[in-house]
Amino acid sequence: MHELSIAMSMIEMAAEEAERRGGVQVHAIHLKLGQLSGVVRDALLFSYEVACAGTMLEGSSLIIEEVPVVVYCPTCHAETTLASLQRFCCGSCGALTSEIVRGKELEVIALEING
Amino acid sequence: MSTQPRLVEVRQNVLKQNDLLARDLRRRFAAAGVRVVSLVSSPGSGKTALLEKILTLLQPQYRVAALVGDLATENDAARLSRSGAAVKQVTTGTICHLDAQMIERALAEWQLAELDMLYIENVGNLVCPSSYDLGEDLRLVLLSVTEGEDKPLKYPTIFNTADVAIITKIDLAEAVEFDRQSAHANIQAVRPGMRVFEVSAKTGAGMDELLRFLSTRILESAQVQAGSSFV
Repeated sequence: MHELSIAMSMIEMAAEEAERRGGVQVHAIHLKLGQLSGVVRDALLFSYEVACAGTMLEGSSLIIEEVPVVVYCPTCHAETTLASLQRFCCGSCGALTSEIVRGKELEVIALEING
Repeated sequence: MSTQPRLVEVRQNVLKQNDLLARDLRRRFAAAGVRVVSLVSSPGSGKTALLEKILTLLQPQYRVAALVGDLATENDAARLSRSGAAVKQVTTGTICHLDAQMIERALAEWQLAELDMLYIENVGNLVCPSSYDLGEDLRLVLLSVTEGEDKPLKYPTIFNTADVAIITKIDLAEAVEFDRQSAHANIQAVRPGMRVFEVSAKTGAGMDELLRFLSTRILESAQVQAGSSFV
């Protein structure tokens, strides 16, 4: 359950950014979350609410955009979305591949602020 | 001034600090000519037993050391110290994984240049350690025969971040009706091309092959070092 420490880092990051912009209020954090990031969406949402309490982000929301895993196939050169994390294979020709193009993201992309 | 909320772009990796620190560590390890290998697995799959064996067997020939993560106790460090290698415990408290900062702190008093190989035993956990780069060259994921063949399918992320899989407690395979073929197929499904070793720290089965592989890594590193001194 490392989601709590991840939520705390995000809140800290957002609070610093808000301070830098003259103490604006943050309404929401927009996050890109890759399926292979090792972070569980629901656990992160729960942790976020807990970690926000008593900070300047109390009452703000966490908006998560989930990023599916996209793999590159060295056999047929296609980039396809993985149908299942239990099978790393090309969606086009079926060859096994471990070349990951997307899906490891754990990235704050934007903040919704006042003013 | 408008009070309407607006969106401002930030674009920041949440684990940026850890990743930057891990990159620094990796650079330091390379400069000191020390190869760093980390071990991840679920609790009880034999990380400490395997590491004790590895340290004992490598010790006469190479300068090896270990950092070992544990939530609360120092039992693992005590066990590993029996090998004669330098060992340091990193007690993480309630934290379920090691991160780059814990490694950096633990290494503060060590002279890296005096080592050939450093092992890092992560906290027993197949989920959280997958998100944290520790600056290691090689990540080994362990799977014991008693855990079942489908472990890789249940925890694809950790298997995917690892470089090598080690099936441990192979001496018990028959007793627990371990299906080798299916275990290998499952590992390849979540991490195609992954190198797999089968070992028993207890009987020593498979240890020669694993040690040969690890020693080759040390020698490669020594060659890189020697090569770089001519540049």
